[in-house]
Amino acid sequence: MSTGTTKLDVVVSDVVPVNELVTRFHFRRRDGELLPTFSGGAHVVVEMRDGDRTRLNPYSLMGSPLDTREYTISVRRDDVGRGGSLFMHRQVEPGLDMVISYPVNLFSLDLRARKHLMLAGGIGITPFMAQTAQLAGAGGNFELHYTCRTASLGTYADVLQQRYGNRVRLYHDDREERIDLERLLSSQPLGTHLYVCGPAGMINWVRDRAAALGWPPETVHFEHFAAPQPGAPFDVTLAVSGKTIRVGSQQSLLEAIEAAGVDPPYLCRGGVCGQCETNVISCDGKFIHNDHWLSEEDHRSGCKIMPCVSRFEGKSLVLER
Amino acid sequence: MAAKTIISRPVYGTLSPQPGKHHLFIADAEGALAITDMAGKAPAGFFDGAEIVFVPGREGKHVAALEALQPVQLHVAPSFASLLPRLKQTLTNAHMGLRLYLAGTEGLIGQAMQAALEAGIDHTSMQTEHRGSLARRMQCVHCKGITENVTTQPALCAHCGLLLLVRDHYSRRLAAFQGVCINAEDRSEIPPMEEAFP
Repeated sequence: MSTGTTKLDVVVSDVVPVNELVTRFHFRRRDGELLPTFSGGAHVVVEMRDGDRTRLNPYSLMGSPLDTREYTISVRRDDVGRGGSLFMHRQVEPGLDMVISYPVNLFSLDLRARKHLMLAGGIGITPFMAQTAQLAGAGGNFELHYTCRTASLGTYADVLQQRYGNRVRLYHDDREERIDLERLLSSQPLGTHLYVCGPAGMINWVRDRAAALGWPPETVHFEHFAAPQPGAPFDVTLAVSGKTIRVGSQQSLLEAIEAAGVDPPYLCRGGVCGQCETNVISCDGKFIHNDHWLSEEDHRSGCKIMPCVSRFEGKSLVLER
Repeated sequence: MAAKTIISRPVYGTLSPQPGKHHLFIADAEGALAITDMAGKAPAGFFDGAEIVFVPGREGKHVAALEALQPVQLHVAPSFASLLPRLKQTLTNAHMGLRLYLAGTEGLIGQAMQAALEAGIDHTSMQTEHRGSLARRMQCVHCKGITENVTTQPALCAHCGLLLLVRDHYSRRLAAFQGVCINAEDRSEIPPMEEAFP
C-alpha cells in the first residue's frame, strides 16, 4: 500500500451542474458512516475506472471541513486533456460506486497567521471554498480575491459573496478588471499569509511579485496540480523490479509503472508533493520535467524524475524502481 | 559563535540584504559592524528604505559608521527597554514587506525577536547575526524572575537568590535561557562559579 493512499469506498450521492464547464460531485460512504476529518485545502485522489483503464486524478475538497457526512469536489471539463474530467462529466451519475483516497492536505492554512489573503483564478477557487468555511467557523480573518473569465464562469462567486459579503472581491477578465497586485501586497498588515491557487502563470506572477515586495517565502503558499501531459510513447527499464515497460502517449509514467504491477509511493499525482520522486540510474535522451517539486538543479542533473507528471524522449531510461 | 547543542538553543546567521522596500535594523554595540559588513553586499539605494535603531552600549562606538550608511532614520537609544515602545509602535503600523534584521548580543536579538513574534512575524523570516558579548538573559524557572547579562556558570538569580545552572534550553516566547537550581538537594554544596559567557 502506498503512503497516504488508504482508500474509501464511496457512492456518488449527487451530481450538480454548476455552469457550462463545471460540475459538482457529492460522495458519501457506502457504509453510511461519517467520512474522515479534513482541513481546508485538502484533496482526494479519485479513481476513475473507465473500461480497462484506470485514471487517478486529484481534486480539492470544497465542502466545509465542519461537515463530514459528504465530500464534494468540482470538476472543470477539459476537452483536450487526457480524459479524466470528461469521464467524470459523462459517465459519473448518482448511485455509482467509486473509490477515493483519504484526504491529504498539501495546501493547508497556517493558523498562526493574523490574516489570510487568498488569490484564486478560475477553478482554483475550490480549495478556498473549504478554507473560507473553516476560517469563518472559527472567526478567522480572511480576504478572497477571485479572478474569473466571465460572470457566468465565476464558479461559486455568487455563493461566496452571499456568505462573506465584501470579504470577497471579484475580477472579471471580460470586463478588463485586474487585481492591483502591487497595491494589494503592499497594504497587508504584518503577519498576513498569502495563498494562491489557479493557472501556473497566475501562481508564478503572484509568487514573483510577493518575493520582490519582501514577503518572506514561508508566508506564501500555493497549489498547482499539473495534469500529466500526453506525449510520445517511450520505453523504461525498472531496475529493482526487473521489468521493461512502455509508457503510452496518453499514460503517465507513474500510471505505466502501476499498470506493470509495481506499487511506488504517491500522494498528489500532480507534481507537487514529492512522494513519487524516483532516482534515474542511467539515461540516453532528454527529460520533459513538468513538476513543481524538484529544484532546477535536480532537473538539469538528470538524476531524478517525478513520474506522476514528467516524461522522457530518447533511446533508453533506467529507473531505480 | 553559538554552537547548536539542543534544539531550542538559537543559532544565528550572517545578515544578508533581503528583497523588499522597507528594512528595519535593530542592533546593539558590535552589532553595528554586522550592518556595515552587510552594507557592502547591499544593492544601490538599499538604505533609502532602511531604518536603524541602535543601542551603542557602554563604549558608545559605531554611531558614525551607521550614520555614514545614510539610512532614512537612525534612532540611537540608551537601552533596549527605552526603544521597545517605539519598536512596538513601528511594528503595529508596519505592512507585509517589512524585513527585520537583528544584530548584536543574544539578549538584544532575543528581545527584539520577542516583540516581532508578537507582531506576527515568523522567527524564520528574520535575519539575525550575533556579535559581541555571549552574556545571557536568564529566567529562573523557580521564581520566574529574569536576570540580565549573566556571564557565569552557575549564576545567582537576581530575584530569589537561588544558585542556578544556566541551561542551553531557550524560550523564544520569554527571550531567555532557563536557569535551574544547581544544588536543590543540598544547598551547602556550592560548585565553583566560572566565567562561561564572556
